[in-house]
Amino acid sequence: MIENVDLSLVDWSRAQFALTAIYHWLFVPLTLGLSFIVAMMETIYVKTGKEEWKRMTRFWMTLFGINFAIGVATGIILEFEFGTNWSNYSWFVGDIFGAPLAIEGILAFFLESTFVAVMFFGWNKVSKKFHLASTWLVAIGANLSALWILVANAWMQNPVGMTFNPDTARNEMVNFWAVLFNPVAVDKFLHTIFSGFLLASVFVMGISAWFMLKKREEWLTKRSILIAAVFGLLSSLMVAFTGDMSAKTLAKVQPVKFAAMEALYDGSKDAGLVAFGVLKKSDEKILEKKEVKDFAMKIRIPGLLSIMTGGSRDVFVPGIRDLISYGDSVRNILSISEMMQRGLYAKEVLNDYKRAKMLNDKEQAEIIKNEYFGSRTFLEENFRYFGYAFLNSPEDAVPNVPVAFYTFHLMVMLGFFFILVCMIALFLLYRGSLQKNKWFLWVALLSIPLVYICSEAGWVTAEMGRQPWIIQDLMPVSVAVSQISPGAVMTTFILFAVLFTALLAAEVSIMVKQIKTGPKH
Amino acid sequence: MATKQETSPEQFKLLMKEQQKKSSSLASGVIRFYYDGFRTLSEWGKQVWIVILIKLFIIFAILKLFFFPDFLKKNYADDTQRSEYVLDQITKTPDTDD
Repeated sequence: MIENVDLSLVDWSRAQFALTAIYHWLFVPLTLGLSFIVAMMETIYVKTGKEEWKRMTRFWMTLFGINFAIGVATGIILEFEFGTNWSNYSWFVGDIFGAPLAIEGILAFFLESTFVAVMFFGWNKVSKKFHLASTWLVAIGANLSALWILVANAWMQNPVGMTFNPDTARNEMVNFWAVLFNPVAVDKFLHTIFSGFLLASVFVMGISAWFMLKKREEWLTKRSILIAAVFGLLSSLMVAFTGDMSAKTLAKVQPVKFAAMEALYDGSKDAGLVAFGVLKKSDEKILEKKEVKDFAMKIRIPGLLSIMTGGSRDVFVPGIRDLISYGDSVRNILSISEMMQRGLYAKEVLNDYKRAKMLNDKEQAEIIKNEYFGSRTFLEENFRYFGYAFLNSPEDAVPNVPVAFYTFHLMVMLGFFFILVCMIALFLLYRGSLQKNKWFLWVALLSIPLVYICSEAGWVTAEMGRQPWIIQDLMPVSVAVSQISPGAVMTTFILFAVLFTALLAAEVSIMVKQIKTGPKH
Repeated sequence: MATKQETSPEQFKLLMKEQQKKSSSLASGVIRFYYDGFRTLSEWGKQVWIVILIKLFIIFAILKLFFFPDFLKKNYADDTQRSEYVLDQITKTPDTDD
């Protein structure tokens, strides 16, 4: 099947979605985190009544406003793409994707839009407390909006709480709570919002460091760094903790992705965690087609991967080859070969149903519908592997290992680097020597692009690592794509590249101008 | 024992008038709030609003209309046809694919 799809169409559609999502994600995390930092600053202002705190709040609120305004509606384009480029997917997911997105839209519109206006227009017009409440509600609203998007994304990574209706060819939600409390959704939401808090903290520290290097706004920048460093340190520790939670979940629900993130081809007990590694080509193949990437060099922490996934060094962590041939009996994971058999069977049953309906054989159609699609056993033991029917070989279920490995390790290394940055900032503040240590101020400033790279790398790991699936185990990207002209997709790809680059340039230029102007007196 | 006092039609009318006054003053207050906010926009606020309006125009009036039609809605008349099309797509077998 995969060979029969125009790969240029799939590739362009994927590239377009990736471009849109990456640009969209440049705006989102700063909104998530800076809204809370601003709310904390304003709380101190309301508590102390000192005008300096108000000035500080208004300065960071301006930068928040610029980022918020430029980022608004950039996510809507992703929804357009679902309908145009990924129509089979959009239809197949039914209301499961639509419901969380609709809630997000309503929340974003009413909660954020109303209170954002109070935040910016309400100074001196509403009471201090009402203004403060609005600022907090914007922060909470923005993060709740993210929750619904992440719930929808998590369902794609681990589809739960639904049943398949063969008459409509759609999945239907049967358990809203299972979708909402999907373990992947919980991990993803926490990991993502804390990473947004960290990003905003690094942003505030970086801009404040620039002011310090210019010897401007000493009072304001010291306090900004203090708030950002404390918030950033707590957030970065939570990012590490939720990342660990996420890895444990991944090992169960997306084991191939998990193995690819560690470039683990052959599993073992007492499996080590690769802290740093460089991959190289090798002559070995996974089975027949895909090449095994060997390590040119690596720094490995013995036993840690087994401990992280199962709590003990004796735990067997399966590699890609194990998952293809044997699965993992401890975690009830079937081998990919077995899942392909089950998927093919599910597809055969669906074909029989379609045929019976075409021949108007109502009796036969009813029997298939009741005995198979009405049965939890068939849905859970066969239909959940439906997507494997489209693979030609078990190797097709393996993502691009170097991309998953490098983006994951880049994210982790940068994550630990930011913990260090926050700790050093607090230490230097405590010692009263922050301004003297120019090297650190430069590090803080240069950390701004790094934290964006870190955040994007996390998403690349999540999305590239789950290939070939658009919905894990249920639908590969090659089946999800609409049969439209690759030229049309290419044209819109270029349009988006221009539009988003222009938006980013506008944001950066307006923001830089405001930063240079500095807080108003 | 306390007796329930009934509201006379005149009193009811007065109460309604007061209520209407309150809600219209709330509505005009909100409108004034937004009007003043936009009237006194800072320089960066104006720039940002220009970017927002251009962006929304491009997204909804150009991209959505000309480049992003809903594939299934455009090509198939009703949900039954759409279901049949997607069912065909997801049940194709390698041997029968064209």
